[in-house]
Formats: sequence, structure tokens, C-alpha cells
Amino acid sequence: MITWSAAETAAKIAAGEVCAVEVAQAHLERIAAVDDKVKAFLHVDTEGALAAAAAVDAKRAAGERLSPLAGVPLAMKDVVVTKGLPTTSGSKILQGWRPPYDATITSKIKDAGIVMLGKVNMDEFAMGSSTENSAYGPTHNPWDLTKIPGGSSGGSSAAVAAYEAPLSIGTDTGGSIRQPAAVTGIVGHKPTYGAVSRYGLIAFSSSLDQAGPFARTVLDAALLHEVIAGHDPSDSTSLDVPVAPVVTAAREGGRGDLTGVRVGVVKELGGEGYQSGVTASFEAAVATLKSLGAEVVEVSCPSFDYALAAYYLIAPSECSSNLARFDSVRYGLRVGDDGNNSLEDVMSLTREAGFGPEVKRRIMIGTYALSSGYYDAYYGQAQKIRRLIANDFEAAFGSVDVLVSPTTPTVAFGIGEVLDPLTMYQNDLATLPASLAGVPAISVPCGLADGLPVGLQIIAPTLQDDRCYRVGAAFEAAIPSVLANIPEL
Amino acid sequence: MPETSAHLSREDVAHLARLARLAVTDAELDTFAAQLDVIIGAVARVGELDVADVQPMSHAVAMTNVWRADEVRPSLPRGDVLAGAPAVEDDKFRVPRILAEES
Repeated sequence: MITWSAAETAAKIAAGEVCAVEVAQAHLERIAAVDDKVKAFLHVDTEGALAAAAAVDAKRAAGERLSPLAGVPLAMKDVVVTKGLPTTSGSKILQGWRPPYDATITSKIKDAGIVMLGKVNMDEFAMGSSTENSAYGPTHNPWDLTKIPGGSSGGSSAAVAAYEAPLSIGTDTGGSIRQPAAVTGIVGHKPTYGAVSRYGLIAFSSSLDQAGPFARTVLDAALLHEVIAGHDPSDSTSLDVPVAPVVTAAREGGRGDLTGVRVGVVKELGGEGYQSGVTASFEAAVATLKSLGAEVVEVSCPSFDYALAAYYLIAPSECSSNLARFDSVRYGLRVGDDGNNSLEDVMSLTREAGFGPEVKRRIMIGTYALSSGYYDAYYGQAQKIRRLIANDFEAAFGSVDVLVSPTTPTVAFGIGEVLDPLTMYQNDLATLPASLAGVPAISVPCGLADGLPVGLQIIAPTLQDDRCYRVGAAFEAAIPSVLANIPEL
Repeated sequence: MPETSAHLSREDVAHLARLARLAVTDAELDTFAAQLDVIIGAVARVGELDVADVQPMSHAVAMTNVWRADEVRPSLPRGDVLAGAPAVEDDKFRVPRILAEES
């Protein structure tokens, strides 16, 4: 039961072949059996999951129409607020906090009858590429428990790859959905910026943060995408446009024909710095796309070489402002309130005790980049490079329908292996440009290198998320399942 | 324009930590000063390109004056909000004293 796709599971529940409570129980048992090794979950909501599943079964028994994913279990990234359920964003500063409201995507998931199994691990405040920055310890890659599952949405990717849930929600600021999907052999999509509401996501970098789906198939990811996307008046950056027809696109792509689709291989997202096994797997993927009828050309986007520098100024700048809200007043930790310390001392002591090293580093980088005298040279300059990157995309999409690259420069590395912050940032080389421009991008498994999964990134123009799903589904149908090679836990 | 090949001193980092309300320890200052110097040195690459005529981009989607409908909606129940606070008194957030006691 746990190996079924979300689409299959929903169909069997709707047909009465299995009840939603049985499905939830099977996944809860799986979590109980393997999560002491994987450590994807920070909180398992057994009671809530069984109640949500029972509600779906009751609805079906009453003859009511079920929504397309009713009864399918899901793991929720802990950056998304869930009313009454612990929400930490991977930080000690929010330990024990239970939000008084649901994020818009939480409400949408509940309304769709999707069964939330619990909250999953992440790098603290979504800052990282390995989940090693979680205050609650790292999550382990189910392919090899000594390796990282990617990050920041590493709990989301590991839970799906380990068959603890067929679906999960992640968030992507510079690659935090696509990179974990790539290194765990599953599908992850970062929607067009503004396509999915950010209301109730604990903000890291507001101009970049975007929630999206993880799944084991492209169609499942599309089904979840349709549930969470759409305009939300509670998020002023939410786009008031129709949701891209991603499910239709995934089904169409599944027929395996890409005749007439123009694919651009981005010259700057490959070569030096990319492992040879990753490059070989990517080149084979490009050959597969050709065999499906796609026209493949090389495209140059010269400003992408500056994406990393621009991102690691813009994201820290925004985070230094966003994380000012953790001031020990309205929620979370308070340290040093002994009657003698001033309010400012209490704030400083609380933030010192509550934040981990990477969060502190980024807050200080952002504080520096925004400070008077440095603003133009750093933040201002980074914003101009962001424009050049968007311009490069626009020019490229003038001649091709989608762009492709490896999702990550390397396969999953060992837990504890990368200690230097700047080396860790290099994981995001291929995913950053799409984040900065706000365009949609998907990662689809494309093969193995050294026995570990490699991801193919497919990037589309703004609001054309359906192209990612169409090309992704066609590619998926053309190659043997990568996840079929995952070892038993 | 300041030098973009900046080198952050330990004192610079101590100043940033104060601005950011982080009571960092001496040991942390040593580590952070070395790390931030490397990171700032790397991101200073943004200064290499001539972008004098480029419009800065602050957001993926340019939007102005986004209003939602002016409708009365229920607020969160006060008790639910205060339940998450570290200290509460008389249905309010309790904070450390910010003014000196009057003599």
C-alpha cells in the first residue's frame, strides 16, 4: 500500500477498494518502522491523521464526491504553520510553539481531504542544503543513511523517498525543493513565484520563497500542485491568474511525445564544478529528450555565473529583516528575563540562544549588505544582477520552450562532510537562477551516479509551469524508474 | 563607493552582531569573523559587472498597490495568540522594563 502512487491511492479509496484509515495506518506503521533511521519527522500527528482519514471515509460512505487526492497521506515541512500542531521551522527559538492559525496551503490541503501525517525536518528557517542545520539533528538519506537528503526540505524529500508518505510539501528559496528531490531520486517542483500563497509560511526571503510539491511521480506532483496553487488575498504577492493546467500537462507528457518541443541546454549550468557522473547522467537525459522528438540546442546565459554571489546577498538581506520578528515578545523562546536585563539584552540573549550558526551568519551578512555605505555595492548591485538573470531567461525563452540542466553539481554527500559554509552554498549553483527570476522549475530523477540519484532540472517561463510537468512526465515515462533501485531500509 | 574587496575584522563582526541583536560569544566571534570574511569576499563578485544602466529588480513580479477587499473579518482569538507568548500579564504580552523607574 505504501508503494502506491498518490493517484492510485486516491482512485482505490474513491472506488472503495481500500479505506483512507487503512492507508493512513499503513503509513503511520511505516513511519514507526523506519523513521528512527531516516529521522524525517519532527512531529507525527497520529490522532489528527486518523481523524482526517476517517472524515474522508465518512464522506465517501455518505455518497459525497471526493476531491482528487482525498485520503492520500502527506508530510508537511515544518516551515508551514499548522493550527495547534508544533511548528518550529527547524529552530530552537520556536520549540514548543503551536500556531493559532493555518497557512493557506494547510487549509487547502485539509479541504482537499489530504491526510497530514505530521511535520518534517528542515534546515533551520530553510537555510541550508543538507538538513544538517536543523536544531533537531539531521535527516538521513534513505538511499544511504550516511548521506544527506538535501535541504532545506530534506525531511520532505526523505519521507517520500522512504515511502513514509506519497506526497510532501517543501519550500524553495534557492533550490530547497529541487535539490533534495534530486539527491533522493524523487520529483520536486518549484512553482512560478506567486503561484502558491506564502500566507503562513515562516518567511526566510520573501521575494524568493515559494512552496511546492514533492512526489514519486510527475503526475502526483501535478495533482498536489493543483491543490495548493491559486490566488490568495492574504498574500499580496500572490498572482491573480488561473492555475497552470499542470495535471493535464503531466497526463499529456506521459504519452511520451515531445515532437516540436524546443529544449535549451544551459551552457553555464554544467561543466566545471559538476561531478563526472552527474554530467554523464545529464547527457544521457538530453539524448533521451531528443529521442522523444525534442529539438535540443545549447543556450548561453552569461549572467548565471553571478547568480550565487547575487543570491547570497539578496537572501541574507531579506532574512536579516524577516528574522527580526523573533524578538522574544510574541512567540517562542525568551532567555535572560531576570528583572535586571534590559529588553534589548533579553532580545540579544534569546536570539543568541535560539538561532544556530548558519542563521546567525546569514543575519549578519544581510545586516552588513544593507548597512549604510555598503548598500549600493552589495544589495543594490545584487538586485541589478538579478535583473540581468531575468533578462537572460527572457532572451533564452525567445528561442526555446524549456531550459534544462543537472539539478545539482554533485550527488548526495556525507553527513558531516561539508563543513565550510561557502562550499555548502555551491550546492545551489544550478537552482539559483530560476529562484532569482521567479520562473518555475522541476527536478525529475534521471539516473544514478556512484549508486546515488541524479536529477534533471527543467525550467520554464513564468506561469508556464505546465511545460515543466509535460516534459518531466515524458522523460519519466521514457526511462526505467530510478527509485526502483533504492535499497531496503 | 566603498572597497568591495572588503575584509571584515573581528570588531566589524562584533558590531554587526550588536546591530542584529545577537549576543555572540568570543569563541563565535573568532569563527564568524573568519567565515564572514570569506563569504563577503566571494559575494563581492557582484561588483565585477558594469550594471550602471540596469534597473534593480527587487521582486520576481512587479506589483503595486495590492489591496484586498475591505471586509470585516474575525481576528484570531486573543487567548489563542497569547498562548504562544513567552510571558503574559492581564491579557497582554509582558516584556522586560524599557523605562527606568521614576524616583
